[in-house]
Amino acid sequence: MPKPGEFYQRDRMWHPPALTRDYKTSVARSPQYALLSLDNTVSEITGPVFGHNDIDPIDNDLILNYAQSGEMPIGERIIVHGRVLDENARPVPNTLVEIWQANAGGRYRHRKDTYLAPIDPNFGGCGRTLTDADGYYHFRTIKPGAYPWRNWRNDWRPAHVHFSVFGSGFAQRLITQMYFEGDPLIARCPIANTIPGPAALEQLIAPLDHKATVPFDSIAYKFDIVLRGRRSTLFENRPEGN
Amino acid sequence: MAQPLDYLRETPSQTAGPYVHIGLAPGAAGFDIYREELGWDIAGPNAAGERIRVEGLVIDGTGSPVKDVLLEAWQANAAGIYAHPEHAGEVEQGFRGWGRVITDFDTGEWAFDTIKPGPVTDFNGGVMAPHINLWIVARGINLGLHTRLYFGDEAEANAADPVIRSIEWENRRETLVAHRSERDAGAVYRFDIRLQGEGETVFFDI
Repeated sequence: MPKPGEFYQRDRMWHPPALTRDYKTSVARSPQYALLSLDNTVSEITGPVFGHNDIDPIDNDLILNYAQSGEMPIGERIIVHGRVLDENARPVPNTLVEIWQANAGGRYRHRKDTYLAPIDPNFGGCGRTLTDADGYYHFRTIKPGAYPWRNWRNDWRPAHVHFSVFGSGFAQRLITQMYFEGDPLIARCPIANTIPGPAALEQLIAPLDHKATVPFDSIAYKFDIVLRGRRSTLFENRPEGN
Repeated sequence: MAQPLDYLRETPSQTAGPYVHIGLAPGAAGFDIYREELGWDIAGPNAAGERIRVEGLVIDGTGSPVKDVLLEAWQANAAGIYAHPEHAGEVEQGFRGWGRVITDFDTGEWAFDTIKPGPVTDFNGGVMAPHINLWIVARGINLGLHTRLYFGDEAEANAADPVIRSIEWENRRETLVAHRSERDAGAVYRFDIRLQGEGETVFFDI
């Protein structure tokens, strides 16, 4: 088997560090030793593959995928769409994108969430889809509400949607959160601000996409996701080059 | 000014948070929504090799089990081949090689059933000892942690493994080795992951 290109080194000064004291839970859950950097092997360059047999078409429609017959969840109807690209700006096709979120009131359908805002009987809060050949994905959902959490005494998470993405290799595995343009809670959030620089944080803020908004139906937000790119093997010490 | 480079930047990571189960294991969150949750069967019914169970705890810097972790496994089959398009048709039908488990909300114990992988030959012909790649996310973990599980009954292969050998501190190598015991139901490998402090598990930048 010819050696495929390695993934570009992950820029760990762009990502949040492990220890971020204002996000209190990170204090006891962050390694103290430095990570050991590995050359990519076949274990890191490969990763799981998913297909249309794994999921159902309705899985990407959070407005309908948990609604009782003839009903719909309460809240702002939105479309979240975008592309999954790599650092070389190439589309990442046929990759699994999974999301989860709170309902319009900031309450999660989770046995551990005890916030007093009510559960919506017609809203589950999770979805999944595969990107198409151009790396494009879309979901339809309800805009999540902010919610309080026990960090400092009066901390509130900005409205957000959690995203999980695979890519083609296990080294690309990524979980992140999407925020909404203009939310004043982003600047106050200890989790959003685990990210060291403003340019990186902006990459998590989805703009209102008026052109993709469906009149009299749903407002759209655009969220592109970038996974690690792979280098060409052009300069490997091999006579056959690429 | 030089020409700008047109690479994109990787989307920054954020913690999976306390409710990761809703998206990735909704049954555990307390509701059924999907026809089938993904990741509960790593090897499938047709896989060759020894059926094993791998289990453990994830332990934080205070010595407490972490009870809201999600772990993913990525492994080769018993012949050391990964289920990836470049090897299409070379693994048993139904062998995905990928799994996803959560820790028990009360005890923090996690476990998955799989087959023991074979040694993996790398691109340059080097041979890696049998191992399972693990990825750990949870509340308080800002960027998923990568580690590897090796098998305690593969001492000779482990001693020759290029990744284990690359760990300069020999007393830390043991943190990657799961220990075997036998139960009525079969072989079990115990692998406790320590996030911080005494006996801290080796984590990789891959």
